[in-house]
Amino acid sequence: MAGQALIEVRNVTRILPGPVPVTLVRDINLSVRQGEFIAIVGASGSGKSSLLYLLGLLDVPSQGAIFFEGANTTLLNREAQARMRLVHLGFVFQFHFLLPEFTALGNVMIPMRKKGTRPEADIEREARSLLAEFGMEEYSHRLPEELSGGERQRVAIARALANRPSLILADEPTGNLDSKNARQVFDIFKRLAEKNGQTVIVVTHEAHLAKQTHRQIRLLDGRIATVE
Amino acid sequence: MHLILDIAVTHLIHRKRQTLVSVLGVAMGVGFFIAMAAMMQGFQRYFVAKIIDVSPHIIMKDEYRTPPRQPVELKYAEGAVRLFNLRPREERRGIKNGMAVIDAIARQPGVAVAPTLAGQIFLRYGTKDLSATLYGIDPDKERRVTFLEQDLIAGSLNGLHTTANGIILGSGLADKIGVSLGDTLSVISPAGVILKMKVVGVFRSGITAKDNYESFTLLKKAQILQDRANVINQIRIRLGDINQAAALARSLEVRYDYRTESWEETNKNVLGIFVIQNGIMYSTVSAILIVAAFGIFNIITTVIHEKEHDIAILKSIGFDEGAIRGIFLLEGLAVGVIGTLIGWALGYGLTELLATVRFSIEGFVKSEGFVLYYTFKHYLIAGCFALIASLAASYLPARKAAAVNPVDIIRGGV
Ligand SMILES: Nc1ncnc2c1ncn2[C@@H]1O[C@H](COP(=O)(O)OP(=O)(O)OP(=O)(O)O)[C@@H](O)[C@H]1O
Ligand SMILES: [Mg+2]
Repeated sequence: MAGQALIEVRNVTRILPGPVPVTLVRDINLSVRQGEFIAIVGASGSGKSSLLYLLGLLDVPSQGAIFFEGANTTLLNREAQARMRLVHLGFVFQFHFLLPEFTALGNVMIPMRKKGTRPEADIEREARSLLAEFGMEEYSHRLPEELSGGERQRVAIARALANRPSLILADEPTGNLDSKNARQVFDIFKRLAEKNGQTVIVVTHEAHLAKQTHRQIRLLDGRIATVE
Repeated sequence: MHLILDIAVTHLIHRKRQTLVSVLGVAMGVGFFIAMAAMMQGFQRYFVAKIIDVSPHIIMKDEYRTPPRQPVELKYAEGAVRLFNLRPREERRGIKNGMAVIDAIARQPGVAVAPTLAGQIFLRYGTKDLSATLYGIDPDKERRVTFLEQDLIAGSLNGLHTTANGIILGSGLADKIGVSLGDTLSVISPAGVILKMKVVGVFRSGITAKDNYESFTLLKKAQILQDRANVINQIRIRLGDINQAAALARSLEVRYDYRTESWEETNKNVLGIFVIQNGIMYSTVSAILIVAAFGIFNIITTVIHEKEHDIAILKSIGFDEGAIRGIFLLEGLAVGVIGTLIGWALGYGLTELLATVRFSIEGFVKSEGFVLYYTFKHYLIAGCFALIASLAASYLPARKAAAVNPVDIIRGGV
């Protein structure tokens, strides 16, 4: 399975328009194969999150295009992009975002329920096993406000994996975790990439974690500085 | 539960008080509408049944809408003619060939026709004098045109045939002059004829003006009293279909030239009042519902403001704009639906309460309480109004929510 280009970023520049235009990323060219586990590193403000939003179809390039499985996603309408996020993408934000009125289990179930291709009982079983994978099975009926920051982060990661996305985008997913849990999350990502052929792109500033990935892309002022 | 509905309901449940206020706003609009509509339409229908339907649907009178043109005016149709000292001739009034006209009209299907000679009279009994309107009628034809026979509380319509000089009085009239069935009183006409007549019937229609001023006798007797042999001055018509009245009246007037009024024209003033009444009712209810709509607008705008993060999350998960819009439209709709259901109960309760109110008025018609009209239609109209109002109120905020750019919010952090 591995080897085929899943994502192709071509000459992507994103400039926020305004009286003083802000360049978030510039001239990004990147090709990511299926099953790759990639780290994006760089100083604060170097454009890591911005690149991830572009890859996640949450933002639109000012110039250039992003191809997913050979199709130009920039040309898709917003509905089709939303559908793509639902089916193919899993997003973990820098600041964990859970729906406060839904339990841990409820949050993990939402993407699967939205996709709506399986019976509710199946979805619940799958959500429980996802939570269990991150050691969260005992907290499945807690509301986010009843969880610690690290626990919420793990629920958010579980939710991102819910529809078995082909591309997982995580923005400093281990920021709130201790080193043991952080390593565990990276192990899971690595396993998803190597066993399931899912592609994982992680923003991190922790060098020892970044080293576990197949490739490190270093950003500097919105440009790709080095690839190692 | 469906996911979109689940999220919508969750939002509302977490804002119980605000939701309750919005729901009650809608419920009040719906409830008041139902109660008001029952009251107004009840009155209007009662009124139509009482006054309009018991009267003839069309009355042809021996009058003209426009005065006859003078010969000089006809001669100089284009010129400016002004006549002075024009004095009307003492015409022998009445509908010419009345009986022939009646036969002609009666030949149409679904039409009942009765001849009438109406005129003013004095009733004298003992020391009391009262003026009244006396209608000379043909009982057999009258029966099919008015409800006189059904309204009799004493005596019978046939009494006019079996008694030499029989008269039927309205109950108010009989009370005021102090006669009852079987009494004989004097009837004096403007023509100077005096007849001793025997009361063979008393009627009560419930319409004050009729009961206090109207009396009936045989057409022949009325013609003798008024000294107008073989004359009729009104033709009264009843139709199978009350809605044909206006058209038929117009065609009869064109044909015979006599002023012919349909029930709509005769009751123009009252029907005009109905239109105003309904207008007041709809504006009151609209006002309540507009206030309710603002409540809905307010709660949904608040929810959306508080839930920007959630909207960003849902969008990043893969909810498209339609789904986001759906959540908030559904919230508005939920408030509308629950408000409508409570409003239905409220409306039912209010009408039941109104039904127990007792009072006595004697105006146009006698009544002892509100006449209420119960119909499923009012519930339906109120529900539609409320649902449209709540959808309209949630539409703008929902659209705003759908347009939220997730990156703007996610970039902002916690
Ligand atoms: N809405 C905005 N308006 C102006 N500047 C912005 C806006 N959003 C981002 N930027 C700027 O764009 C640059 C890239 O931001 P981005 O969030 O991608 O950095 P990052 O690498 O993720 O940083 P961090 O490690 O702190 O998360 C930063 O210099 C930031 O200040
Ligand atoms: Mg960042």
